[in-house]
Amino acid sequence: MHSVVCIKQVPDSSQIRVHPVTNTIMRQGVPAIINPYDLFALEAALKLKDRYGGRVTALCMGPPQAEAALRKALSFGADEAILVTDRAFAGSDTLATSFALASAIRQIQRDMAVDIVFTGKQTIDGDTAQVGPGVAKRLDLQLLTYVSNIDEVDLERGEIVVQRRAEGGVQVLKTRLPALVTVLEGINEMRFATLDDMFRAARYPLKVWNREQAGIEDVARIGLKGSPTVVAKVFAPQARRERAELIETHSGASSDVAATLLAKLFTRYPQVKAQVERQAL
Amino acid sequence: RKVELDPRLAAYKGVWVFIEHERGAAHQVSFELLGEGRKLADALGVELAGVVMGAPGEATRRFCAQAFHYGADLCYLVEDPILAEYRNEPYTRGLTDLVNVFQPEILLLGATTLGRDLAGSVATTLQTGLTADCTELNIDPENRSLAATRPTFGGSLLCTIQTLNYRPQMATVRPRVMSLPEPDTGRSGRIVEHPLGLVETDIVTKVLEFIPDQNRDQAQLAYADIIVSGGRGLKRPENFQLIWDLAKVLGAEVGASRPVTQAGWVSADRQVGQTGKTVRPKLYIAAGISGAIQHRVGMEASDVIIAINEDPAAPIFDFATYGIVGNAMQILPALTEAFRQHLATARKAG
Ligand SMILES: Cc1cc2nc3c(=O)[nH]c(=O)nc-3n(C[C@H](O)[C@H](O)[C@H](O)COP(=O)(O)OP(=O)(O)OC[C@H]3O[C@@H](n4cnc5c(N)ncnc54)[C@H](O)[C@@H]3O)c2cc1C
Ligand SMILES: Cc1cc2nc3c(=O)[nH]c(=O)nc-3n(C[C@H](O)[C@H](O)[C@H](O)COP(=O)(O)OP(=O)(O)OC[C@H]3O[C@@H](n4cnc5c(N)ncnc54)[C@H](O)[C@@H]3O)c2cc1C
Repeated sequence: MHSVVCIKQVPDSSQIRVHPVTNTIMRQGVPAIINPYDLFALEAALKLKDRYGGRVTALCMGPPQAEAALRKALSFGADEAILVTDRAFAGSDTLATSFALASAIRQIQRDMAVDIVFTGKQTIDGDTAQVGPGVAKRLDLQLLTYVSNIDEVDLERGEIVVQRRAEGGVQVLKTRLPALVTVLEGINEMRFATLDDMFRAARYPLKVWNREQAGIEDVARIGLKGSPTVVAKVFAPQARRERAELIETHSGASSDVAATLLAKLFTRYPQVKAQVERQAL
Repeated sequence: RKVELDPRLAAYKGVWVFIEHERGAAHQVSFELLGEGRKLADALGVELAGVVMGAPGEATRRFCAQAFHYGADLCYLVEDPILAEYRNEPYTRGLTDLVNVFQPEILLLGATTLGRDLAGSVATTLQTGLTADCTELNIDPENRSLAATRPTFGGSLLCTIQTLNYRPQMATVRPRVMSLPEPDTGRSGRIVEHPLGLVETDIVTKVLEFIPDQNRDQAQLAYADIIVSGGRGLKRPENFQLIWDLAKVLGAEVGASRPVTQAGWVSADRQVGQTGKTVRPKLYIAAGISGAIQHRVGMEASDVIIAINEDPAAPIFDFATYGIVGNAMQILPALTEAFRQHLATARKAG
């Protein structure tokens, strides 16, 4: 059983601040983390390894600093880590990213066949959820998105049964391996890194591939050139509303406050009053 | 930005909306998109088409009729038993074929689990650009291309993305981000049928079972008219009962901020915000919620927002309609009682 887990290094967006005057992003000192959704993918792959044996390869495309994300993945128990890094990748949109990742996975497959490629549901920065489907199409893998449970893997028959979150319910799908699985959040809990694994991760000679080593010949398929989408502008959202009308509270009991609010609300917004009164019918 | 479109790409004309349906019902996001698609098509002076794929029969054809009511001029219809339930492979193939044959310049899909699964696959197969989770769609007057605006960095900024030298220009939009147009049941249009050209044995993935959600929470929250939401300011899981109490009196749905769903006070599918649901109720009541940007982007389109927060400087007061500065544990029961009394009076009168 060989799984490749795609992980992306992202800025910890809970720590990004927007400059109040210039409206630009203040990224200084914002720590980089593994995209939180990718930890569920990594844990899913590690669980399969616990059960069926085999290998877990972590794959990341990003700047040289993204090495830290891969070392973290190793400390959780990944066997191999590959960083695909090249200035030529700068500015890649999801089409170019899926092209680069798919090429790298083809290189990985030369050493050992891959049964499942795992990705997170989405990232917290680009947040498109498009890379998983893109990689699957490029490698002609069966695509299983929003997987909430892996029910069964039959390596003999090369089959997998999963539960997939759909609109209004869960689809139980059976398909052939190799497949690409995008993992829904919350389906498992990341294990703790053991001390041994932490030591191993710190010393491990992870693989660093440039464009050629990742098997990419055509530079027009990656980076800005290989990206159909163009960011035309970035701007701050317009304040859409006025500040709230505050209802006085210090004067009296909560019941008075509630009565004042209702009176104001129902006078100014008859449609809300009508909606609420539907309950009375 | 000026661009000279390659004549091969300039031949792509028209705006398409993928009509999503599952279990016999169309997803409302498709109609919201038809409303938006209508504006784009009118700005470009082209036709608006719905794309309907499904098992042969009345049920599938009814989606075409609905698409006309919501503004489509025509529908592309692919009927095949293989399409009875959504699966990536045949749907990707069907939609990709339609695009290659009929060449639309814009293709819109809902950013649902189905729409995102399909859009990513189709865009990669067609080798074109796809902009995710857009909150605004416009036509750039300079070059007639789609200007798709989406939140970035957790909603604190917006960016406008264009797909200049590729066709079609694809975009997804989350449910409830665009408003639902008024349907016109007198409207009709023409249907263009197209074969799928696959047999079941071509399709590797099989649907073994569909387990419907028992409490069908999801759709209900996104489309609720009144939502009462609680945040970390409620301090303890027991206090969340005050939210349920008020919701019950109002016949409202219950929402929450992320810390609350993460702590397991309520289920994850009740989370409102950037990584949760986008909602657009007539009334949104937020108690003990600070109004962080990631929460705000999911609920600020509500018609009226009432915020209850202890801290007069809480960001939620910057965009709420009404604010009560006070302790939610006292205000919530008082509000519940006030609404209860109002309803009792209304009941007597009515
Ligand atoms: C604010 C912002 C908005 C953007 N909007 C768009 C847009 O609308 N359309 C578009 O085409 N591009 C867009 N991009 C570019 C896009 O984010 C990049 O192409 C990015 O490399 C991958 O997309 P994502 O972050 O959305 O990943 P997603 O598709 O959300 O990621 C899904 C999974 O793919 C895997 N993965 C993604 N990237 C990598 C990687 N570099 N290495 C290893 N695994 C990875 C992870 O497992 C991840 O969980 C945007 C970028 C930003 C910063
Ligand atoms: C990538 C990313 C995605 C995210 N997505 C989401 C999302 O989808 N949805 C979401 O909600 N959040 C999301 N968040 C989290 C978000 O940034 C905030 O942390 C979160 O919304 C805060 O929740 P809160 O308002 O309940 O808690 P807090 O920010 O802790 O606010 C609690 C509020 O309660 C008030 N309070 C305290 N005691 C009382 C009392 N007795 N009575 C009344 N008021 C009281 C306080 O004054 C305070 O304003 C995301 C974050 C990141 C980084």
